[in-house]
Amino acid sequence: MKRARMTLRRRKAALGMLFVSPWLLGFLFLFVVPLYESFLYSLNSLTLGKGGFDTSYEGFAYYRELFRTHPTFNRVLTEAITDIVINVPSITIFSLFVATLINQKFRGRVFARAIFFLPVLLAAPVLSLENSTQMNAIASSITGTSGEGGFLFTSFELQRMLLEAGAGQGIISYITGSVDRIYEIISSSGVQILIFLAALQSISPSLYEAAKIEGTTGYEAFWKITFPMISPILLTNVVYTIVDAYSRNALSQMITDTAFQSLNFSLSAAMAWVYFLVVAAILLITTTLISRKVFYYD
Amino acid sequence: MKPAVRPRAEAWIEQVKRVHPIYWAKHWSWVAVRAILVIGFCFVILYPLFFKLSVSFKDRMDIYDTTVLWIPKNFTLDTIRIAFQALSYPKTAWNSFAIAGVSTAMQVVSCSLAAFAFARLHFKGSGLLFAGVIFTIIVPVQTIMITTYLNYRYFDVFGLIELFTGQRGFNLLDSYWPFILQSITGMGIKSGLFIFIFRQFFRGIPTELEEASYIDGCAVFQSFYRIMLPNAIPAIVTVVLFSFVWQWNDNYFVSLFLTSTDVLSTKLPVMWASFSLTDPLYAYLVKNAGELLFIAPIILLYMFAQRYFVESVERSGLIG
Repeated sequence: MKRARMTLRRRKAALGMLFVSPWLLGFLFLFVVPLYESFLYSLNSLTLGKGGFDTSYEGFAYYRELFRTHPTFNRVLTEAITDIVINVPSITIFSLFVATLINQKFRGRVFARAIFFLPVLLAAPVLSLENSTQMNAIASSITGTSGEGGFLFTSFELQRMLLEAGAGQGIISYITGSVDRIYEIISSSGVQILIFLAALQSISPSLYEAAKIEGTTGYEAFWKITFPMISPILLTNVVYTIVDAYSRNALSQMITDTAFQSLNFSLSAAMAWVYFLVVAAILLITTTLISRKVFYYD
Repeated sequence: MKPAVRPRAEAWIEQVKRVHPIYWAKHWSWVAVRAILVIGFCFVILYPLFFKLSVSFKDRMDIYDTTVLWIPKNFTLDTIRIAFQALSYPKTAWNSFAIAGVSTAMQVVSCSLAAFAFARLHFKGSGLLFAGVIFTIIVPVQTIMITTYLNYRYFDVFGLIELFTGQRGFNLLDSYWPFILQSITGMGIKSGLFIFIFRQFFRGIPTELEEASYIDGCAVFQSFYRIMLPNAIPAIVTVVLFSFVWQWNDNYFVSLFLTSTDVLSTKLPVMWASFSLTDPLYAYLVKNAGELLFIAPIILLYMFAQRYFVESVERSGLIG
């Protein structure tokens, strides 16, 4: 035998590198290099010529343009950030709530689950499942329902109830705002529900049994067992929610439009980089804040 | 004596719970609240679908008839037929299907291989590379949009093509190549998430199974496709479903790479515009019928895959 026999461990390591290599190639040439180049483009002005494109160095001029002279960038960026900050708590809480709900045993559970994951599949930007106001007006005249019927939820009663209960103005507007956007929240929390559900399933039942023998109520069991046990997944979900917000906000649209309608590639690249850095900062802050509270079982 | 006591005591407690009014009220009020919540959420989710179904089969006359709410009086297939023609459905649906199908198949292969390596085959730097996977999830696609576009516009491998032909690379736009390339290298839509799902699932499969296969004389690759993959069917179904549906729904990459080939997700937003001048209400009907045609294949696929999909959650596919 000519070939030197490798140990299983070394053979596995070699095969591991082989298996990863397609991904690694893609990572290097379709991700790292483009990422670096797009940063270069944001520093250079790009003019498309006949045989390709020419670049000339501009420094941070495009970034200055974005923040100082661009008419809408600052506003759209702030809106995107507020959107993330508002949506992440409501989506996380809602998906945890739904996951605990459909984790319980009741008749028709399989059916309910099948429906709850449906919005993941229908969350296409081209579909207007949640009808915009203009379409709603047309729709209501089609279906013959008046304004408050149909899909338009009114949270007016809820608002009054909360006000009488003495809740703060900020909290009230947050809750009623979330109720008004219920479809948006449901449709963007599908993957999170899936992840939470898997986490709930992986908690050992013996913990609950022991707690039951000690006499805990369901409420206590949730906060003392369920919540700590799924807290690592909470972190995963918050990160996923922040990342998932890319697909549906005005800033992404603006970046695309700047590149392919105004054909200002460099400005678009600068926008994308600012966006990326802002999101990275948000991710960094949230993960450090949450990971302090996260409980690891092992 | 002892074994007989415990069941009796438990049965007694159960009996008390069933008869005692406080327990009874507590139990059934929770059941009622839960039922209301579940039904309410289901309604919110299903409402747009019912709405589309109802609207798509309505006749022109029914739109203006205020007595028609949900069930059309004059049942008609005309709206659907018009939307079908406006979309040139067979051709565009086939294009969508081809792109989604090809990239799904390749994504499953590349992602499962990489995930297997990350989960089970420890090599130098695997931790660092996995951090790279997470990094691809975090960076927004818009950040590398322009370079990706220019990359495929002037596609070149280390400047070799320019060296031999004198041209500045091939133009790969308007072909299926960008989709194939990015999914076979695991850089397609949310590939990072798929690698993550597969890795968690592979880690959950007992090592004893894998070791037993080595003792029985399996090579590493054989143990992958004979032991790991059959055990990971729920994860595969989840990834296939997500990958296919997200590619089907996607109009970002499709409008970036394809200019003359029509797919459903790029044709859908524009196909009803021509009707909106003459009759905006009818255009709205056609739009809804078109959307119904758009989601019909996904719903069919979901009905087929739903059982495995939910099972993959049951078997805690995502958390190792």
